[in-house]
Amino acid sequence: MISVKDLHVTFNPGTPLERRAIAGIDLTLNEAEFVTVIGSNGAGKSTLLAAIAGDVAPRSGNIEIGGRDVTREQPAKRARRVARVFQDPLAGSCADLSIEENLALAWMRGARRGLGSALTVDRRGELREKVAELGLNLENRMADRMGLLSGGQRQALSLVMATLAKAEVLLLDEHTAALDPGMAEFVAELTQRLVTSHRLTTLMVTHSMRQALDLGTRTIMLHEGRVVLDIAGERRKNMTVDGLVEMFRRVRGGAELDDDSLRIG
Amino acid sequence: MSAIAFWGAVELGLVYGFVALGVFLAFRVLDFPDLTVDGSFPLGAATAAVAITAGWNPWLACLIAALSGAACGLVTAFLNVRFGILNLLASILTMIALFSVNLRVMGRPNMAVLNQDTVITPFYDLGLPDHLVRPAILAVLILIAVLLLARFLSSDFGLAMRAAGANPRMARANGVDVGGQIYVGMALSNALTGLGGALFAQISGFADVTSGVGTIVVGLASVIVGETLFRSRSMLIALFACVIGSVIYRVAVQLALSADLLYLNPSDLNLVTAVLVALALILPKLRAGKRVAR
Repeated sequence: MISVKDLHVTFNPGTPLERRAIAGIDLTLNEAEFVTVIGSNGAGKSTLLAAIAGDVAPRSGNIEIGGRDVTREQPAKRARRVARVFQDPLAGSCADLSIEENLALAWMRGARRGLGSALTVDRRGELREKVAELGLNLENRMADRMGLLSGGQRQALSLVMATLAKAEVLLLDEHTAALDPGMAEFVAELTQRLVTSHRLTTLMVTHSMRQALDLGTRTIMLHEGRVVLDIAGERRKNMTVDGLVEMFRRVRGGAELDDDSLRIG
Repeated sequence: MSAIAFWGAVELGLVYGFVALGVFLAFRVLDFPDLTVDGSFPLGAATAAVAITAGWNPWLACLIAALSGAACGLVTAFLNVRFGILNLLASILTMIALFSVNLRVMGRPNMAVLNQDTVITPFYDLGLPDHLVRPAILAVLILIAVLLLARFLSSDFGLAMRAAGANPRMARANGVDVGGQIYVGMALSNALTGLGGALFAQISGFADVTSGVGTIVVGLASVIVGETLFRSRSMLIALFACVIGSVIYRVAVQLALSADLLYLNPSDLNLVTAVLVALALILPKLRAGKRVAR
C-alpha cells in the first residue's frame, strides 16, 4: 500500500524559472492495485514517480509506503520498497555487466550486500529460470554482455529485474514508449502478467490512452500537477478511448487535443 | 638488454602492477579519474621507509603504507561525495596536499632504505640468484592481490561497486549506496597504490617525494596495454591484464632506453610514456572514425 498526501513539488523555487510540477496530489493505492497514469507533457506524471522514488524532494506533503513515512529517505534506501523501470531501456541495466550479473544485482535490491559470491550455482539456476519464463531465448545467453541486447530485450529484462526482490510498489515510467510496436506490445503483456502474478502495487505512466485502459485496474489523469480524473471498476470498464479524449478536452477547457505526445492508439 | 636489466624491468613492472590494479579500480570500475595515486604512491614509500628504518617489521610497514594510501583515497572520496567537488579536481587537491605530507612524513625529500630487513630479505638465502628472487616474491604477492580483488569484484558488494561506476542511476534504483561505494573503492584503490609504494621503497632501497610524479600515467598506460592485449569479459583476466600490461610497459621502456639508436635518455621517460598513452587513447578513436566514415 502506498499513500501520497497533499504532495507539492516545485522546481527552482523563488527564481524566475519557478515551476509547480505537482500542486497538491492526494493518492492512495491499495495493495495489489495497478494504476495507470495519463496526462499531457508537463502534467507531473514523471515527477510524481520521481517523488515517490526519492529522486526529487517534495516542497511539502508526505509519502507513505507500506505504512512507513519515506518522504525524507534517500532513493537508495527507499529502493528496498520501491522497484522501478525507466523509460530509457539503457537506463535500467548496466551495459558492461552480463545478463546474469545485472539480474544478481537486482536480486539483492534492498538486501545487505556482503562478500559472498554474487553468482552462486543456486542463484544462477533461479535467475536462469526467471529469464526462461520470458520465452525470449535469453536463458542461453546469461553470460553475454547486457549491451549486446536490443532495447526491447533489455526492457523485458529490466521488468524481470524489478520483480526479483520484494517491493511494495512498482513504478513504471513510460517503459514501453521507446520500443518498437511489437516489442512494446510484448512488454505491456509481460507487465500485466508479472504484476498480476506477484500481486504488485503498481503505478504506470503511459502516453497511450489505449494502454491506460487495457492494463491495470484503475486510471488517473493528471493535469497541471493535479489529479483531474480517477476512475476504476464499472466506470472504467465502460470508458472508451474516445471518452477519455473527451474528458481530456474538457479538462483543458475545451482546447483541441493538439498534444502530439498523447497518442490515442 | 642484459638478463639483469630484463629482470629488473620485470620487477619494477610487478611493483607498479599494484598501481595498475588501483588505477583499474578507480578508472574502470568506479569511472573515477583519480590522480590521488601520484601522492599515495610516494606516501606508501615514505611511510614504509620511515617504519622500516625505525626497526619495524617490513610486513607491518607494508600494512601501514596500505592504510595510509587508503586514507588518501578516503579524503578524495570525501571531497567528491560529501561536497560534490568534481572528481578529477578533488583528487588533484589531495595529490597536491600529499606532496607536503610526504615531506613531513620523511622529514626530508628522500630517504635510503639500505641494509634494512625488507619483505624480500628472508628469501635471498633460498638458492635463487638475487635478481630472480625479487620478481618471484613480487609475482606471488601480486598473484594473491589479483585473486583477492577478482573475488571481491564478483561478490554482491563488488558487483554493486561495478554498477555504481557503470550506471549510478540504475545502481541507486537497486538500493546501492553509490557514495558509499566510492568511499570503499577509492580507499581500496589507493591502498593498493600505497602498498606498491611500500614495495618500491624496499626493492629500490629509497623513498623520494618526487617518485610519485606521473604514477597515474604509468598506471593508466599499464591498464590500456593490458586491455589492448587481452580483450576479455572475465574480471580475473582483466586484472591479470593490468599486471601484465605493467610488466610489458617496463620491459618496453627498458628496451627503448637500452637501444642506443633511439637517442633516448632515461630522462625522456615521462615524455615517451605520455606519447604512448596519448597514442593508445587516440588509436581506437581513429579506427572507429574510419568505420563511421565508411
